Amino acid sequence: MIDLLSTIPSLQAYLLVAAMLFCIGVWGLINSRNAVRVLMSIELMLNGVNINLMAFSSYIDGDLIRGQVFAVFVITVAAAEAAVGLAILLSLYRNRVTVDMEQFNLLRW
Amino acid sequence: MTIATSTELICFLVLSVVVVAGALGVVLLSNIVYSAFLLGGVFMAVAGLYLLLNASFVAAAQVMIYVGAINVLILFAIMLVNKREDLKAIANLTTRRIVSGGVCLGLLALLVRVVVTTPWSLPGPAAVGEEATARIGEHLFTDYLLPFELASVLLLMAMIGAIVLARRDVLAADVVTGEAADQGLIEKARTPLLLERRSS
Repeated sequence: MIDLLSTIPSLQAYLLVAAMLFCIGVWGLINSRNAVRVLMSIELMLNGVNINLMAFSSYIDGDLIRGQVFAVFVITVAAAEAAVGLAILLSLYRNRVTVDMEQFNLLRW
Repeated sequence: MTIATSTELICFLVLSVVVVAGALGVVLLSNIVYSAFLLGGVFMAVAGLYLLLNASFVAAAQVMIYVGAINVLILFAIMLVNKREDLKAIANLTTRRIVSGGVCLGLLALLVRVVVTTPWSLPGPAAVGEEATARIGEHLFTDYLLPFELASVLLLMAMIGAIVLARRDVLAADVVTGEAADQGLIEKARTPLLLERRSS
């Protein structure tokens, strides 16, 4: 048990945390009815991916740390995505007066 | 087990419990404001994980951009659209949740299996540690210059797009007096589009 614990902050442990975060994000993305919560779930998924990149960059690519550069780019894209997503949400709310995802069926055939 | 490794272990366990429990709270809590604040906690804990991984620059960027910008933006959005509404009940919601939960658990099991069974090429080269910030700067201005410039163009496009999408139509002149209107205060009265389709 002590042996197992002493190896825990390892690559696999970080990957497991990232996998759990990503799966929680996917579940929230599918099941949320509030549009703001959908955006939050997307941020959770992006954070899971970022933890993955950082763990690999620290444990496998320690001298070049390309994973950290990619994480910075992902953070940039996440900021842009949040801004545009919330603007779309605002204009949807003005037109439909609700944030319920089930009622945003404009493009459904 | 030395003090350094046990401290690292305790920090890692606490941070990962905070991350997972906070993410569950973000998804499951019914009050969206609590979710937003918990999301800030999750972002801070993820920044702590980055610090454990010797990445001080990315941890600082995470705190500044995620907690300082994105979380605040989400709180503003909640403030702007926060209307208590009783959601219309939809048929077999519980079944949907259980089925999607099963799908997500399956995805988790798949990922866990991949993580545990893959022979990672460990240990890799020695970590650069505190030099990481300088190394990221070198990367950004040499071999990742094109993505760096593309990211700036993307941010400009996102900024313009967000302004265009969220802008309100305002009156150019006061209806009664004909003088130029204060653009900040008067919004053109406009009935929301598509309302009639909703009621049907």
